[in-house]
Formats: sequence, C-alpha cells, structure tokens
Amino acid sequence: MAALLSVDRVSKRFGGLAALEDVSLSVMAGEIYGLIGPNGAGKTTLFNCMTGLYTVSSGAIRLLGQPVQNSKPHRIVELGFARTFQNIRLFSNMTALENVMVGRHIRTRTGVVGAVLRGPFSCAEEQASRQRARELLGFVGLAGKGQALAGHLSYGAQRRLEIARALATEPKLLALDEPVAGMNPSERREMGDLFRKLRDAGITLLLIEHDVKLVMGLCDRVAVLDYGRKIAEGTPEVVQRDAAVIEAYLGGEPA
Amino acid sequence: MTALVARLRRNPLLAYGLLAVLLLLLPFLVGAGLGRGWVRVLDFVLLYSMLALGLNIVVGYAGLLDLGYIAFYALGAYLFAWLSSPHFGIHLPFWLVLPTGAALAGLFGVLLGAPTLRLRGDYLAIVTLGFGEIIRIFMNNLDAPINVTNGPQGINLIDPIRIAGLSLGQTTQLAGITFSPPHLYYYFFLAMTLATVFVALRLQDSRIGRAWAAIREDEVAAAAMGINTRNIKLLAFAMGAMFGGLAGGLFAAFQGFISPESFNLMESIMILCMIVLGGMGNVPGVLLGAFLLTVLPEALRYVGDWQRAVLGNVVVDPNDLRMLLFGLAMVMMMLYRPAGLIPSRQRRREFDADDGVAEQEQASLYDAGA
Ligand SMILES: Nc1ncnc2c1ncn2[C@@H]1O[C@H](COP(=O)(O)OP(=O)(O)OP(=O)(O)O)[C@@H](O)[C@H]1O
Ligand SMILES: [Mg+2]
Repeated sequence: MAALLSVDRVSKRFGGLAALEDVSLSVMAGEIYGLIGPNGAGKTTLFNCMTGLYTVSSGAIRLLGQPVQNSKPHRIVELGFARTFQNIRLFSNMTALENVMVGRHIRTRTGVVGAVLRGPFSCAEEQASRQRARELLGFVGLAGKGQALAGHLSYGAQRRLEIARALATEPKLLALDEPVAGMNPSERREMGDLFRKLRDAGITLLLIEHDVKLVMGLCDRVAVLDYGRKIAEGTPEVVQRDAAVIEAYLGGEPA
Repeated sequence: MTALVARLRRNPLLAYGLLAVLLLLLPFLVGAGLGRGWVRVLDFVLLYSMLALGLNIVVGYAGLLDLGYIAFYALGAYLFAWLSSPHFGIHLPFWLVLPTGAALAGLFGVLLGAPTLRLRGDYLAIVTLGFGEIIRIFMNNLDAPINVTNGPQGINLIDPIRIAGLSLGQTTQLAGITFSPPHLYYYFFLAMTLATVFVALRLQDSRIGRAWAAIREDEVAAAAMGINTRNIKLLAFAMGAMFGGLAGGLFAAFQGFISPESFNLMESIMILCMIVLGGMGNVPGVLLGAFLLTVLPEALRYVGDWQRAVLGNVVVDPNDLRMLLFGLAMVMMMLYRPAGLIPSRQRRREFDADDGVAEQEQASLYDAGA
C-alpha cells in the first residue's frame, strides 16, 4: 500500500525549545493511525506542521507524494487533508449548518459575480452545498441541529460538528486532535463507532488520543511521541510492551 | 396604527409598494415640508449610504478595521474630475468614468491590502489610516511640477451627469413638474443605492459571505477549513473600495467641485461610526446609521438660530454642540446598545454570548474532570 502521508525527519523549534526532533512516520491509505504521548510531547505541534499552520524548522512532509511542508493550509485541504482542533475552534456565532457549509468552500466555485447574479450554476451549487451539509450533519449524529448556533451546542455535539465541517472538505485523510477528550465512557464508545464508520467510508484517520484503551482497540498502528521524539511505532500490541513507552508513561525504569 | 403594521407584516408586497411610493415622493415631501436645502441633505444620505455599505463589507462582513476608507472615495472623485472636466480638457461620459473610478479604487484596495493584510486589528487600522492620509496629502501637493490635482484649490467645473441628453445639473420640467438638480440627483443616487443594497445582501448570503464571516470569527480555523484567507480578505478590500470609488465619482459630479479637504480622516471615522451606530454587518442597520449621522448634524445647525431666538445670543456654538452630542451619543451607544441600533443576527449573539459561553466553559470543565 502506498503511503498517503509521510513525515520525514521533521523538526520544529520554538526559540530554544525543540517541540519536534527528527520525527518520521508514514500513514497508509485506509488505516486508523494513532498518535499518543504524554502532555507536551509535541502531538499537536506535529498536526500543526502537517496542516500548514506552522512552518517546519527542517524535514519534509509529503501528501500523496507531493511535498507540502510549508504549503498554505488551504492548499493542503485542497489535496485532501482535513483536521479538527484539540481546543474546539468552531465559528461559534454561525449555525451548525453554516459551519459545515464553510467546509464546502474549497470544493465550490461561486465567485462575486455568481453570488450577486445567482445564475443557474450558482443556485445549483449553493443548493448542493446545503444538501451535502445536511447529510454530513446526519452522518455525525447531528440531524435536526442544523439551525442551532454552533456555540450553543453541547460539548460533545461541538466535537461532532467539527468533524462534519472537516468532512465537508472531502478529505482522504482526516486528522483528529483528542476528539473524545472530556467525554464519558458511553460517548467515547459512540465516537469510536463513528471513527469506524469513517474508515469504512474510505477515509484514513490520524488520531491523537490520551485514552490508551480507545487507541489500542481502534488503531491499526500507533506512534508514540515523547519530548518531541518518536520513541516507538507499530501495532498496538507491540507498542504496549515497548520498554521506552512504559517508561515515558509511568516515568519509571523499564521492567 | 398597529392594525396597519400587522397588515403590512402579512402582506410584504403592499409594504414594499408603500415604501417605493414614499421613496419616490420623498424629495417633494421633504422639499415642501422642510425647504429646498433638505433635498440636498437627502442626496448626501444616499451617498453616505453607499459609502457605509461599502465599508461594511470590509469591517462588518470580513472584520477588517479600515480607517483609510475615505481614500477610495477620493480616488473615485478625482478620477471623475480628471476624465470629465476642463482640468485636462477631457469630457468622457459618466457611464464610462464611474466604472473606471470604481475599478481604480478596487485596484488600490488590492494594492493597499496585499502588503498589509498579514496585520491584524490595531495594526491594520493604523496602516490604513496612514494610507488615507497619504492619498489626501498627494492630492494636496500634486499641483507641481505637473498640475495633476490643482492642489488645495481643488478641481472645478466638473461635468454633471448626463443621461440621454438630460443633464442632472440643470433644473428641468418633466410632465409639468419642476425638478431641480438635487431632485434629479436624488433619483439617480436612489437607483445606485438600491443596486448597492442588492449587491451587499446577495454577497452576504453566499459562499463568499460565509467565507468572510468565517475569517471574522476565527481566521486560523477558516484557513484550516480550506479558505484562502489572503485572497478572500483582498476580495473584501477590493469590493469595499469599489463602492467607495463609485460613490466618489457620484460625489464629484453632484458637487461639480472637489478639493482634498473633503477627504480627511474625520470623514473615514464618520463612515465607520455610521456602521457601528446602525449595527455592524447588517444592511438595514448600516442604512439607518448613514441616515442618522447625515441628518442629525444638519438638524443641529438650527440649534444656533433657536438659541438666538430664545436666549438672545448664541451661547454654545452649534458646531461644538454637534460634536458634543455626537460624542455623547456614541458613548451611550457603547453602554446600552453595543451591537448597534439594528444589529445583525450574528453580532447580537456575539454581544449577548458572554454569559452563555462562560457557563458552557464551566460545564465542559466539569466533563473533563469527571
Ligand atoms: N506556538 C508555540 N509557541 C511556543 N511553544 C509552543 C507552541 N506550540 C507548542 N509549543 C510547545 O511545544 C511543546 C509541545 O506542545 P504540543 O501542544 O504539541 O503538545 P501535545 O503533545 O499536543 O500536548 P497535549 O497532550 O497537552 O495536547 C510544548 O512544550 C509547548 O509548550
Ligand atoms: Mg495537544
């Protein structure tokens, strides 16, 4: 299988702090890839580098074979890589439906002239966007919530809405930053089901998660970051037994 | 009265019909009731409405604070003067000059935007403020070595707008009714303003309008959702500038005379105040703001006469009083209706949201702890 995303010796420094050091990994099409590590390990920083929000200090990132390190975020979305945020970043004063429709921006073409004249093309496109947005709300379990303000939705619903918005960009690869943080066990199970549904729909998932049990049950492969370095990678069973991982998580000597 | 309102609510067509008749008769009603001078004020209400709607695209829709907006108005006005006055001896028709002025202003919008749009908030405001002043200073000083702008004296004898042989600058008899130039310009400006309102409303409710709203709410998230933030901001700047340039051309033709004085910082601030007062981002609010802030200062001119009549002499100079009341009004607004007189749906939420958000954050903290 071809690598959908490959990260090659990426480093990211903030002044004197090395948030990422020589991190390499590759995500295969169709898998659920987990990224775990203690707080401050650099997981979110890696997401930000991959999605164009941060420029990398060195190293290369390839998406579908194309170099994308230091590309603009919208270029990366266009290539088929969407994400959600650890601290939810919805457009909170827009409705849920409008939030998802913003995600359609990159896949639609209507410009100023079309928006003003509303010719047949623009009308059809707008209609299709709206329709697709409704379907996606249904897909993530928010059917009927379209007219609610994003900021007024419950915490779990906001996490789902972020996923719907990202899905609207038609990603091949979807990166989720702690999507079940702050949820109770039954909500977590439901989210796990949603992730499997996404994989079955042909979307590759890259998942940051603290909940080791969820990660181990869900992911095909897992990478572990600690102090900006990748200390282990492999199937959940292998990683779980890795001495360096046990040390990073338990802070003790390997058994 | 309430019965009438209820009826109009049920029948929007009737409401629009009444509004149309009112708008058509307005200059005559105002002229008969308040005097000739007020028809001119009406014309300015329409001009400022166009300006405010244009700036509203930049500030209200896209959330970019532009304090140099008047520069685009100036560019449109000067271009009209150059291409339609004895200054260079060129007399092109208005339907050629107005779009050219709008395009020139739009181009300058992009030229200003391209290097500055990485700036945010206060910084952007300061750079645009500087741009506005630079344009004004250029206009003031470009009379030598080649006389381009005629310096502080300004450009005179600008051609009025002529539509099919009818000059809007001359009193005309039509079907037995006398139309003075302010009347004629009123109808022309009304048509332009309605077109501007149409464009503003359509843009707001479109793919482009949603993208503007998204970058206003959260620029990082907007970029991460595939919006080319630089281009979409430039588009807002260009669109706003085009309306500014168009209004500038209309102003030049209407006045017949322009000078750099008309394009100072106070004007930029005034237009911004119209938006803030009326309700940022909301078209009816912006129109109300433009109306109030054009009409009230005129009305306050009468306070001088009134003082002389009642108190025997002028105690407070009407000009000072205007600024005083204006300042007071703005402070009251910020205290009692910070989202504007007719806020947009979205703005109102932003200003009301505080409690809700705080509560929710609390709730989510609970979740996280559990
Ligand atoms: N913009 C920034 N400027 C400076 N330092 C940063 C910045 N972003 C992240 N860091 C630092 O980089 C390190 C890695 O942070 P990061 O957010 O990537 O960790 P994380 O693995 O996502 O942790 P968590 O599980 O808490 O989300 C931290 O020490 C953090 O303080
Ligand atoms: Mg993180």
